[in-house]
Amino acid sequence: MLVKEIERVGIPAVQICTILPIAQTVGANRIVRAIAIPTPVGAPNLPAEEEKALRESIVSKAIRALETEVNGQLTIE
Amino acid sequence: MAKYRVVHYINQFYAGIGGEEQADTGLFCEEGPKGPGMAFKGALGPDFEIVATIYCGDNYAVDHTEQVMPQIIETIRKYNPDLVIAGPAFNAGRYGPMCGAVAKAANEAGFLSVTGMYEENPGVEMYSKYTYIVKTANSAAGMRKAVPAMAALCKKLVAGEEVSPDADGYFKRGKKNVFVDKNGAQRAFEMLMAKLKGEPVVQEIEMPPFEAVEPAAPIKDMKHAKLALVTDAGLTDKTNSFRLESSRASKYVALSIAGMDSLSADDFSANHGGYDNTQANRNPNVIVPLDVVRSFQKAGAFAELEDTIYSTTGNGTSLKNAQSFGAEIANRLLAAHVNGVILTST
Repeated sequence: MLVKEIERVGIPAVQICTILPIAQTVGANRIVRAIAIPTPVGAPNLPAEEEKALRESIVSKAIRALETEVNGQLTIE
Repeated sequence: MAKYRVVHYINQFYAGIGGEEQADTGLFCEEGPKGPGMAFKGALGPDFEIVATIYCGDNYAVDHTEQVMPQIIETIRKYNPDLVIAGPAFNAGRYGPMCGAVAKAANEAGFLSVTGMYEENPGVEMYSKYTYIVKTANSAAGMRKAVPAMAALCKKLVAGEEVSPDADGYFKRGKKNVFVDKNGAQRAFEMLMAKLKGEPVVQEIEMPPFEAVEPAAPIKDMKHAKLALVTDAGLTDKTNSFRLESSRASKYVALSIAGMDSLSADDFSANHGGYDNTQANRNPNVIVPLDVVRSFQKAGAFAELEDTIYSTTGNGTSLKNAQSFGAEIANRLLAAHVNGVILTST
């Protein structure tokens, strides 16, 4: 709901979340798959370096989503 | 066969008394159909007889509701009808609620009742639970369609036939108890099987409709863009001085990250009842990636990061609250000239 209201005023907003069907059903326009529910952009089991790299890859996808022209819904896995 | 008896309620305008200047007309009752009652007489056919028409000025009805309503009910009782029709009121703001009140009171007195209104008439919200309100156009120009629709529903009701909001064009009346042969587990299982087979599935509980929002234009020049971070993960300050709720949030909070390169567990915590907050409390960057976002900014991937993180708790929070938080946050982001938002959800 939050991303929709932000997109409504013309600001592109990407939602990073684990349960993609929720974001898709509610109607988010830009969606990126997160790592896990309690740690959407973290993986505490991995060594610090690897975890950081994973977080970077998700933020990169989010930035890419903000740069992408969207018709309907964009989901980046 | 005896005819079905109908009492019809209308206002002073449809009774032919006059418009706004006659809105103080008191309560009257005449035998037989009047105004739109003539059209109902035709649409209902020979099995029905409009035995009386009750009418009242719109202002008078509003100003003297407490006296008028018992008199109306008394009059309805006197004619002992099979059915009470009120309106239709289209989008009339006084007439609609009055039609709803008459229909509700008739219903409570044991008479079937039907009225008709436009969806934005306040009477729909007030009375759709208590009576059948047939959907109409927003002005009297819709009379030619409203009368047959209302009459069709009336015929089914007096005959004791099954009716439904979808088939009969009235506003949903809310919950209804029904008896079914199979228990919930059996029905859920059958629904699942139907889904797996790709067969059509009819939901027993209607999901709230989610309207689509036109996608915002993408950021063309990321290197010069200003981004902001938003979350529904229940991020708050270390002591939750905002008292952000862990579920059913009534608020969102604005957290300053000015000059910070990452979210320190000394400054921030998570208060969200829908997931295990342990990891987030150990390293809040796993719910809102400020560390990485800041390093991307410093590397020149984008120009500026908004100094405030907007945060709420997405756990049992009502759609209405979420919508209003979103709208307020959106306006604050606009005011801060933010070009794009990264939102993390747990």
